[in-house]
Amino acid sequence: MAEMPIIDPEKCDGCGLCVGVCHCNALAIVNNIITIIETVECDWCTDCEVVCPTGAISCPFEIIIQEP
Amino acid sequence: MAVQLEFLKSILYFSDLGLAELESIRKLVFEKTADRAEMVLLEGEPATNLYFVASGAVKVFKTSAEGKEQILSIVRPGESFNDVPIFDGGPNPASARTMGPVLLYGIKKNDMEAILRDHPRMALNVIKVLARRVRHLVSLVEDLSFRHVISRVAKILFEHIGGEMGRGPRLTQQEMAAMAGTAREVVGRSLKALEEEGAIKVDRHRIIITDKEALQKIMEVPY
Repeated sequence: MAEMPIIDPEKCDGCGLCVGVCHCNALAIVNNIITIIETVECDWCTDCEVVCPTGAISCPFEIIIQEP
Repeated sequence: MAVQLEFLKSILYFSDLGLAELESIRKLVFEKTADRAEMVLLEGEPATNLYFVASGAVKVFKTSAEGKEQILSIVRPGESFNDVPIFDGGPNPASARTMGPVLLYGIKKNDMEAILRDHPRMALNVIKVLARRVRHLVSLVEDLSFRHVISRVAKILFEHIGGEMGRGPRLTQQEMAAMAGTAREVVGRSLKALEEEGAIKVDRHRIIITDKEALQKIMEVPY
């Protein structure tokens, strides 16, 4: 299962800006709320997070250390 | 599609005007559509139009001689860009690229001057827009010039490494920015710099610390 951006439906006002900026069609508006469509095409560009005016989308990074 | 009066009214520039005044301005507004990743403005080119975003989002940025981008702002519906050269007569101070399909409303530079002459009441709102822009840029200048953000971002990464027990806390760039006391735009740039230094590698949703010692060295830069 591909890791995907996280939506907070409480904060989402359904403006759809993120749908427009997503270049892999991983976001859609369903019942006025943003929904994630899982896809391996998502390259974590974080544009959806950047553009969201209400802070409803987050693209968190996992920080790991490469073992020698 | 005709320019919507209601939309014009929602723009701060025009918010104090009545319907008759908006109607006269509407005649001077043209529509421009663009797809994802289209350049709408090029830094240094003569400024011809003021733009308002009707739908979609636009990234306004500067590019260094080495091709590095520094985002100045993300322009969302109802907001304007390229205001400064329209009023000072200089070239475009920054480039602008669409982040997805967009609909823009444009006003030619000469028409904007005429609109302001005809509707001087607008001036206060124009000043408000420009003042906000100055405040935002002053804050960005402070972040970019006075703070050694890279060392702080390096420290934040180091302190949030996932342990042997599994995943550590996951951080968004916004959260890293809040921790480092800087703007999200500056965190993005810092991560790129750390990647160029060979200390980390950004692999989709993972930040992999590839050279722990290099990261520690960067952390030790005083701030």
